[in-house]
Amino acid sequence: MSDPQSGVPVPGSEEIPDPARIPAQDQVLEPGQIPAEQTPPPAPPSRFSGVLREIMSGSVVISILAVVLALVVGAILIAVTDDGVREASGYFFSRPSDTFQAIWSAVSGAYSSLFQGSIYAVNRPGFAAGIKPFTDTLTFATPLIAAGLGVAVSFRIGLFNIGGRGPMLMSASAAGWVGFAFDMPFPLHLIVALAAGIIASAIWAGIVGALKAFTGAHEVIVTIMLNYVAFYLISYLLRTPGLLQAPGSNNPKSPPEKATAIFPHLLGPSYNLTIGFVFAVVATIIVWYLLNRSSLGFKFRALGENPSATRVAGINVKAMYIVGMLISGALIGLAGANQVQGSITTGFGSGIDAGIGFDAITVALLGRSRPFGVFIAGILFGAFKAGGFAMQAIEGVPIDIVLVLQSLIVLFIAAPPLVRAVFRLPAPNLQARVKRSSVSGRKAVVTK
Amino acid sequence: MSVLASNLPTPKMPAVLVPAVAVVRSWKTPIVLGVFAVIAVVLFLIFGRSGTSRLALSTPSDFFQIPVIPVNTRLAGIIVPLLLVVIAVVAAVLVSRARKVPLWLVAVFAVLFLFVFLVWSSAGQTIPIAGLLVGAVGVSVPLIFGALGGVISERVGVVNVAIEGQLLAGAFVSALVASITRQPLLGLLAAMVAGTLVSFVLAAFSIKYLVDQVIVGVVLNVLVTGLTSFLYSTLLSPNTETLNSPPRFQRIQIPLLSEIPVIGPVLFRQTIIVYLMYIAVFAVWYGLFHTRWGLRLRSSGEHPQAADTVGINVNRTRFWNVSLAGAIAGLGGAYFTLGSVGGFTKEMTAGAGFIALAAVIFGRWDPIRATLAALLFGFATNLQSVLGIIGSPIPSEFLLMLPYLITIFAVAGLGGRVQPPAASGKAYEKP
Repeated sequence: MSDPQSGVPVPGSEEIPDPARIPAQDQVLEPGQIPAEQTPPPAPPSRFSGVLREIMSGSVVISILAVVLALVVGAILIAVTDDGVREASGYFFSRPSDTFQAIWSAVSGAYSSLFQGSIYAVNRPGFAAGIKPFTDTLTFATPLIAAGLGVAVSFRIGLFNIGGRGPMLMSASAAGWVGFAFDMPFPLHLIVALAAGIIASAIWAGIVGALKAFTGAHEVIVTIMLNYVAFYLISYLLRTPGLLQAPGSNNPKSPPEKATAIFPHLLGPSYNLTIGFVFAVVATIIVWYLLNRSSLGFKFRALGENPSATRVAGINVKAMYIVGMLISGALIGLAGANQVQGSITTGFGSGIDAGIGFDAITVALLGRSRPFGVFIAGILFGAFKAGGFAMQAIEGVPIDIVLVLQSLIVLFIAAPPLVRAVFRLPAPNLQARVKRSSVSGRKAVVTK
Repeated sequence: MSVLASNLPTPKMPAVLVPAVAVVRSWKTPIVLGVFAVIAVVLFLIFGRSGTSRLALSTPSDFFQIPVIPVNTRLAGIIVPLLLVVIAVVAAVLVSRARKVPLWLVAVFAVLFLFVFLVWSSAGQTIPIAGLLVGAVGVSVPLIFGALGGVISERVGVVNVAIEGQLLAGAFVSALVASITRQPLLGLLAAMVAGTLVSFVLAAFSIKYLVDQVIVGVVLNVLVTGLTSFLYSTLLSPNTETLNSPPRFQRIQIPLLSEIPVIGPVLFRQTIIVYLMYIAVFAVWYGLFHTRWGLRLRSSGEHPQAADTVGINVNRTRFWNVSLAGAIAGLGGAYFTLGSVGGFTKEMTAGAGFIALAAVIFGRWDPIRATLAALLFGFATNLQSVLGIIGSPIPSEFLLMLPYLITIFAVAGLGGRVQPPAASGKAYEKP
């Protein structure tokens, strides 16, 4: 779609009525090559797709540099708050080397424990013990991938879904309830509980789609509000005897899951990794097929790109909003069920979502709302989580820094010009940025 | 009952509820009234409770005392629901004759419903009305500041999902600065600076780098949460005496005014932050709709091309007004540490920023309406804690859910009528 010599998007190329142009997935086949942007009419729901595309069009280099930049900022934070560094900086002018040494030991210690807690423990004997941190990473990544896929699907239909938490809570309690209240043989119990969780979550997210379709209610507000409603609903159920509360207990906590409903370990009992990870992989492939190879996915992406055109093309937009949110909720439901059936099987409280619903948003953004991107982003964030706990335990660096790193990465990736400016990368060819639309004024940004 | 209704210290409550139901020229108003009337009949008539509810309006230090008013719970539970049904029917008749349902009718409905609800849930108990309202204002203060910040920001064309982050940053920095300097006023200033800094990032990324404003907002919330939690764990928590024990603002009693029953303790025995809030609400309202600044601001958010054509620098207007919004929201954050709790804790804003965002939308991007919406949310939250103390028959979780459900109903029910500023959320580039 762009002139091979100058990289200038060919004027008028977006006017070619080529249906294959609409899918956003086709746009990032080659790093650095970005087709001219279509300029949707100023329809409110599509304001989100522009940035999604901005994120999608960032090259791999930008992504890596964004991670590096975030790690640098994190290093500064660690160094500034480190006790040893502060002590040494007290006499900085008499012996500056002490300060630098303290900074180095604080930062390298923190990041090496981050690495050893998430990828490979160097000091443990044997491969089987050394690789355990990586399986922990995959364990943490499992719900992030599932929920991230769910959020990504809603992004692709143009809905900014902040409601990861509500569906997760609903699915965790539904799956948890089936898991502890019924007696069934092993594989059946697991499947029924999982299905209950997925259905509950799909319905909860489907409410958002229905409200959006029939009343035009803004999905950001509705999802935020439903998060709280779900939280208080679950809190009530958990503290009321006879509902979800464990019998004979006063704590707002459910009884433990029955063994027949618990996800079996994938690599034997010495690793925490469960079959939930396999479900996440399968979900990734299904979502890939759904979005990129099915007609439903085509309709989804068309809707996300340009709702007005989609409506004109005869696609039932209302139905797409509802179906899309149902699927989104189902995927988030997998994450919720994984929490009670895989991670915390000893009974759950109202904090069972563990912030995954919100992390899923950043995962989806980082993964550019594409299934395999989300998969990789989920593993990266899973690694941050696994390593963050190790870092907190060994080096005393609070795990909250992981939040800082994650949010910075997403911010930097969303703003390639900033990263380019920081690293003094050559600015994109100015002429290439000239093409503008007279309608929305959005530039065609070429990253490289 | 009618005597009571006129004495009730809640002249603003009906106004709060008005945006939800009153303005719709359709069957929505009678339907909503009907639903609430049915709820009233089921809850208060069929599941009526017997006993006597006592409404305490005065506090001991008032200028003159209003005696505690006893109300027969059973009797109120019979009469008031029937009145509500009558009002709903009247509304339906009016609409069927193609006439608008008058505002005051909805207001009377809301007051009556609230009254019977209070009476019903406090059978055999005393409700401290003044205390209920004082607490409600307290809970509302950060929401109102956040909502004002949201109104300014969205009116100028930048969706502000980062209110939560601005509140949290304000709370953290004000605690830190006030603890070090022992000057709460400096803490207040620092909170404004902190809120502005968060806004700078929001403005820079959304205006300069054209990143989607909602994404920046969401990510900023995570960033501020992470930063403040990290710094709290590493700096504040180990040095609580020196870094996290800010002096709190004292309540200032305004002479005479503070001795009026009900109104006095609620409005005029407050800290300086609350008085600043009164000024801020008025100033934002006046500024937005009656000054050149407000006109430029709104035109940048409604029709940036037109604003640009008449010589307004849209992006500069946006940048500085988003910063101003951050400063105002930061003030709200300071209330957490300097006004109420007195010390920073992790994630202490607990979603207040999102409620403020809901208040902005519920209040239809109008500073006064958004303030009233925030007061409604604060009232509902505080009602829950008061009823929790005296033992309400309704589980507290459902009362806590109420503001969120109301918002969903408002956003869904008034979907066609809730119109954000036209260019809010869209980056503007000079063509």
